[in-house]
Amino acid sequence: MSEQTDARLLRLHPADNVLTVISTLEPGAQIQIGGIQATVTVRLPIGHKVAARAIAAGEKILKYGAPIGSASAPIAAGEHVHTHNLQSDYLPTFLREDQDRYFVKSHQQQHQQQQQ
Amino acid sequence: MTGYLRNDGRKGIRNVAVVVYLVECAHHVAREVVFPNREHGVHLLGFPGCFPNAYAHRMLHQLCTHPNVGAVLLVSLGCEGFNRRELLQGIRATGRPADVLVIQETGGTRRTIAEGRAWIAKALEQIAATPRVEFGVSDLIVGTVCGGSDATSGITANPAVGRAFDLLVKNGARVMFEETGELIGCEQIMAARAARPELAPELIACVDKAARYYTTLGHGSFAPGNAEGGLTTQEEKSMGAYSKSGNSPISGILKPGDVPPASGLYLLDVVPDGEVRWGFPNISDIQEIGELVACGSHITLFTTGRGSVVGSAISPVIKICANPETYRRLSEDMDVNAGRILAGEATLEEVGREIYDRILRVAAGEQTASEALGHSEFSLVYKSFEPLGPACLAG
Repeated sequence: MSEQTDARLLRLHPADNVLTVISTLEPGAQIQIGGIQATVTVRLPIGHKVAARAIAAGEKILKYGAPIGSASAPIAAGEHVHTHNLQSDYLPTFLREDQDRYFVKSHQQQHQQQQQ
Repeated sequence: MTGYLRNDGRKGIRNVAVVVYLVECAHHVAREVVFPNREHGVHLLGFPGCFPNAYAHRMLHQLCTHPNVGAVLLVSLGCEGFNRRELLQGIRATGRPADVLVIQETGGTRRTIAEGRAWIAKALEQIAATPRVEFGVSDLIVGTVCGGSDATSGITANPAVGRAFDLLVKNGARVMFEETGELIGCEQIMAARAARPELAPELIACVDKAARYYTTLGHGSFAPGNAEGGLTTQEEKSMGAYSKSGNSPISGILKPGDVPPASGLYLLDVVPDGEVRWGFPNISDIQEIGELVACGSHITLFTTGRGSVVGSAISPVIKICANPETYRRLSEDMDVNAGRILAGEATLEEVGREIYDRILRVAAGEQTASEALGHSEFSLVYKSFEPLGPACLAG
């Protein structure tokens, strides 16, 4: 879209509102997004996404020109887009830190079923 | 390029013998039969369950009669539910040397291992005389699977495999992609590529079934490592996985064990039919590879970003690494470095061509990284399927 976008960020489709990091970015790094300068606040390994523009909560996130879920919070241009501000429209995403919760929940369900 | 001609007319690119345990209780004996022969093209397969299952029976029949397989030794404990006689008859009907050892009748662990090793030694001599015939791209069946995905998979390795798939189809090969749980979110885009109008709703129905199945289980086909690798949602992972299929029209839908009938691109529907009964449709990547092999794939293209190291019994696996940082750490396990695309060192077309050329060399006998390292993983668990609907394949 914009020629001023950083070479370390890849736009996969003209309609996309997120860009993919193709060279790991450390906190403090400055990135250029369509004429806006943003500061990286968390380590962004290869493959992670940043917002190509400001995105409102509830807006669809587009990558490959296709919706990959909806913003669960307002996102600033250049901000990391991941599980904290993007949710699937189909199935919840399962993280390593959810594992305890998942097993406790399954165990509780089993326990309740046994009592019924 | 030449291949091994089997008595049933199918052609293979490898000439292996398989030892197959028919219940977990026979696993140790079967493994011991394989052990001294593991570097001489003898692979271990098996099914752990004691209760019979039509899917498992068909899978083992298709695997034991795969064109890369020359000889088959079944190892039964004796009391399990698997119909060993029918399986053996089915394999012998294809003209392969095949036999069964029943541990309870043979007289225990040591005797069965000794008899098994003696049988394998003779079988290896026999299959060494298998006739070689001309083998071309149009004889090839190639499957693809992704595992240990991260957000680079869908940018480099997967679309590069898509380019290789397009080249294979153009040259008359049969190619398959699978894991409908990893197509959730791209069902409409995929349906637009149906080769026949009546196939489009069937493609959508496959993905709907997967979405229902995974929703009931409360867990998508999405591992914690996927999120650590930058993937946020199932749809995002799906769009990346989907790009492995390339741009050819989709010719049909298969279920595990169905051999694609003609040149073209096929979707393998791996999610069981009916109520959710058997747990997760595929417990790991290994089972997906096994299903592609049961559909006749000579070679599996395995894309990985996080870095899987696996191979497969029967058919070689070519591993295509999506992430340049992973490639640096795990290069001994990788065949193709697709991460070069991110550094601007190669284009998708160039890596697609490299994968295609590698397929031809592996088909001609070159060992893949996982073959050289001795990988020959296999896994099979319970499932059930209904027959294919009439719209799934061209009439």
